[in-house]
Amino acid sequence: MSEPLLDVRDLRTEFVTDDGIVRAVDGVSFTVEPGQVLGIVGESGSGKSVTCLTVMGLNDRKLSRSTGEVLFRGQDLLHASGHRLREVRGNEIAMIFQDPMTSLNPVHKIGRQLAEAVLLHQDVSRKQAYERAREMLKAVGIPRAERRIDDYPHQFSGGMRQRVMIAMALINNPDLIIADEPTTALDVTTQAQILALLKRLQEDFGSAVILITHDLGVVAETADDVMVMYAAHIVERGPVRAIFNEPRHPYTWGLMGSLPRLDVNVERLYQIPGQPPSLLNPPAGCRFHPRCAYAMPVCREKEPRLTLVPGDPDHAQACHLDEETKRREAAALLAQITAGAAT
Amino acid sequence: MTGDELLFVEDLKKHFPVTRGIIFQKEVATVKAVDGVSFSLREGETLGIVGESGCGKSTLVRCILKLLEPTGGRIFYQGQEITRLSRREMRPLRRNMMMVFQDPYASLNARKRVGFIVGESLELHGIGTPAERKRRVQELLEVVGLNPEHYNRFPHEFSGGQRQRIGVARALAVNPKLIFCDEPVSALDVSVQAQILNLLKDLQREFGLTYVFIAHDLNVVRHISDRVMVMYLGKAAELADRDELYTSPKHPYTGALLKAVPLPSPDAGRARKQVVLEGDVPNPINPPAACNFHPRCPRFQQGHCDVETPPLAPIGYRHLVACHYPLERWPMDITAQPATAQAVESTG
Amino acid sequence: MARYLVRRFLWACVLFIAVTFVTYVIFFVVPANPARLAAGQSATPERVHEVEKFLGLDQPFYVQYLKFLKRLVLEGSMGQSFVTRQSVNEEILRAAPITASLVFGAMILVLSISIPLGIFSALRPRSLLDRAAMIYVLIGISLPSFWIGLVLSYLVGFRLGWTPIAGYCEVFSVPEAAACGGLWDWAYHMILPCLTLAMVVAGTYVRFVRAEVMDTLNMDFVRTARAKGAPERTVIRTHVLRNAMLPVVTMVGMDIGLLLGGAIFIEAVFGLNGLGGTALESIGRFDLPVLQGVVIFGAVAIIIFSLVVDLLYAWIDPRIRLT
Repeated sequence: MSEPLLDVRDLRTEFVTDDGIVRAVDGVSFTVEPGQVLGIVGESGSGKSVTCLTVMGLNDRKLSRSTGEVLFRGQDLLHASGHRLREVRGNEIAMIFQDPMTSLNPVHKIGRQLAEAVLLHQDVSRKQAYERAREMLKAVGIPRAERRIDDYPHQFSGGMRQRVMIAMALINNPDLIIADEPTTALDVTTQAQILALLKRLQEDFGSAVILITHDLGVVAETADDVMVMYAAHIVERGPVRAIFNEPRHPYTWGLMGSLPRLDVNVERLYQIPGQPPSLLNPPAGCRFHPRCAYAMPVCREKEPRLTLVPGDPDHAQACHLDEETKRREAAALLAQITAGAAT
Repeated sequence: MTGDELLFVEDLKKHFPVTRGIIFQKEVATVKAVDGVSFSLREGETLGIVGESGCGKSTLVRCILKLLEPTGGRIFYQGQEITRLSRREMRPLRRNMMMVFQDPYASLNARKRVGFIVGESLELHGIGTPAERKRRVQELLEVVGLNPEHYNRFPHEFSGGQRQRIGVARALAVNPKLIFCDEPVSALDVSVQAQILNLLKDLQREFGLTYVFIAHDLNVVRHISDRVMVMYLGKAAELADRDELYTSPKHPYTGALLKAVPLPSPDAGRARKQVVLEGDVPNPINPPAACNFHPRCPRFQQGHCDVETPPLAPIGYRHLVACHYPLERWPMDITAQPATAQAVESTG
Repeated sequence: MARYLVRRFLWACVLFIAVTFVTYVIFFVVPANPARLAAGQSATPERVHEVEKFLGLDQPFYVQYLKFLKRLVLEGSMGQSFVTRQSVNEEILRAAPITASLVFGAMILVLSISIPLGIFSALRPRSLLDRAAMIYVLIGISLPSFWIGLVLSYLVGFRLGWTPIAGYCEVFSVPEAAACGGLWDWAYHMILPCLTLAMVVAGTYVRFVRAEVMDTLNMDFVRTARAKGAPERTVIRTHVLRNAMLPVVTMVGMDIGLLLGGAIFIEAVFGLNGLGGTALESIGRFDLPVLQGVVIFGAVAIIIFSLVVDLLYAWIDPRIRLT
């Protein structure tokens, strides 16, 4: 078995705040293979963004502490030197952020910002860097790239800016792209364009992608594997079809049941009661238990570990419920969803 | 369940002038934010208005509420024309038309207590004594699922979903007939979104409310609306009953929108042909000629769509569309050339 | 752009008229007779009346104002001092370089101190240096400028004898009878006054720069730069600074404009007969033309500098389009 591209082992990240210590990531382990698209799904406070910021080493060094291992091609980034991290960032691992409006420097031309990404990592002349920038702008579908390279960010629309961000991320041919909610701030048709672009480029360049989102639809259509996070833990992970056709965690059921759907008519959406817990003082045992309809006494005491689903070596979940109940409830949920289908 | 016509909007226009000049400002261009929108709404109904950024949906709602003065067209509330009413004349009517906003963080005054925020409209309309108002506010807090004892708390002490509930309570305070919801769940997590949507539906049943619901999320609009209007660049592209629109869309733009929505189902999602609408929404200062969708429309017929503006006309039972070459069936490949066009070519 | 400048110019004229008119009005509300002062204590009423006529003070004030405007626009002259009968233009031209030396010198010092200090404080909040800087800021803002000036003048000038206590030296065209002259003497005499003014003003700037840099550091595009692998030094230099300095530019421009109107206290303490000192004198002597001259100079300075600031801002920040 070849070595995974990224191997995260027992990652924990804490932040020091005025109210106390917030454990934003609390024991997260996963791998990413070359060329794989991993979708990380969760709501606010789940820890999905912080996990990836920790991988990149972008957390505030004074306010945060991380433990565990982040093995990128075998080398631990968590304990790497600042110099090595800077080598990796934007070069071997690139990141795309959520808000294209604010992620670009407003006072520099985009050509300069793109060329900067090249010049930071490759030993080429400025002219060559700008040439590469122009190439990338064309590759991401910016019309009249020759002229637009001298424009400022505010002269582009939201969708175009996100394309520029993608160009900037891909410009050095990274092995891994981390996209943090790249389409959340965009219109639905623009989102479709950007996701299609991302998919095409990912295939052309052969990079792996970690796609962070709260939108189950985006994940279903784009990801190969899915990781569901809740309150700084992974609650379920597996291939995309397994997660959507045979979900095995009450939180996943809740998420899927509470979605209003295009193809299905329901009178009332399933709602998960309560709110996500505070990470200052997370609930004891299983963090989801206060909101879980299936909570048992053991859930209050013992934190469930990620265990493999019998029969599927890639699908794992963290819940104390027995297999039979899980299978039954999952089937009932899917039946309910498909039964309400309009056409 | 639905009753008489509550709201009738006729050819509503809102144009913003763009001026240039040294001393005397001269109008050189216009932003046609809303350019002739008509619809009617019955009591107890929910009208969903869906469209992407820049389509004018928020401006439309603000014009109906007279928060902005319409540039043209007419608005009728319960049969009475309110288009040209002055602010003072509008005041008693505002009791009946309330609004829930998008941003649960910005729409509540951070310096005021929740009790004040919810009860303010009661006070402004001179309803009840202070004691009665307090009781009403606590009642409302309970109705929306909050603890009435939190009357004296500040907004920042609540979560996003709870704040949105406060916004809903505020809108309900004066027993309005009509509530405008401007993207009320866009800023919320999925699980909280479901709570608020269920709450809105429950309240509609209990109090006989009528909703105008703006959203860009087609899934949400599908869930909550009875009738749906799709807007593009200031105009209505299509208007139909909910099920009809989602199962038989007629306008290519509606078709493109529906195709663009990602489905939470790996097989279904990847199976359907991805027809991706190219390009960006054009600048509302310089909208395209005639049919404003024609530059991006895969069914564009030169000489017709860029010359003659398609009117919003009936195409089926309570189904109106503004298109010369509406989609023949659904689902279909929206890039397929319209059958009628070929007929024109062969005879022309 | 041309349209923009024309509009600014027209507005400037309106402002100019408003400012000078208000000065005239205030002057005429004050119950004192400059003619009497000019004529002398023992003058007879007839003599005073003669002087009044001579100075044109017997006419209604709006006539005087219009005459003043006419003379200014057509001849470019601001009239003559009631007291010395010397050209106000000359008086202003003599005093302006003094104030200018003080203000520009002080501003250079302010920026050299406060920008690095502000940046450093922002990068290491709550460190020892940051706290020391904040204490300094507090002191600088709280202490009156003349107190700082006097103390410095006493300690550094008198006690230690490192710098002169007061006085101004011309750089160019040094008059025959002057006690000192030339570049070195000028700089030597300006050190203390500039330092005093700088100490007073720098406090606000340090806080401001610190706040701006801290805000900018939290912006998304700074995170993007780090994600690209840029070293922290580059992030600060290329991405943070240019954005954080924008508001500083505005402040500097406005402050220069304001201070050119006359840093009265400091000029008084250090015996610099710049615009501030001149203004003070003319108030005491009810010398309207000279006072009016200082006001005009101050107003023009502010108008010009606010225009310079706006143009500079538009040049630095490509999002701003001047209309």
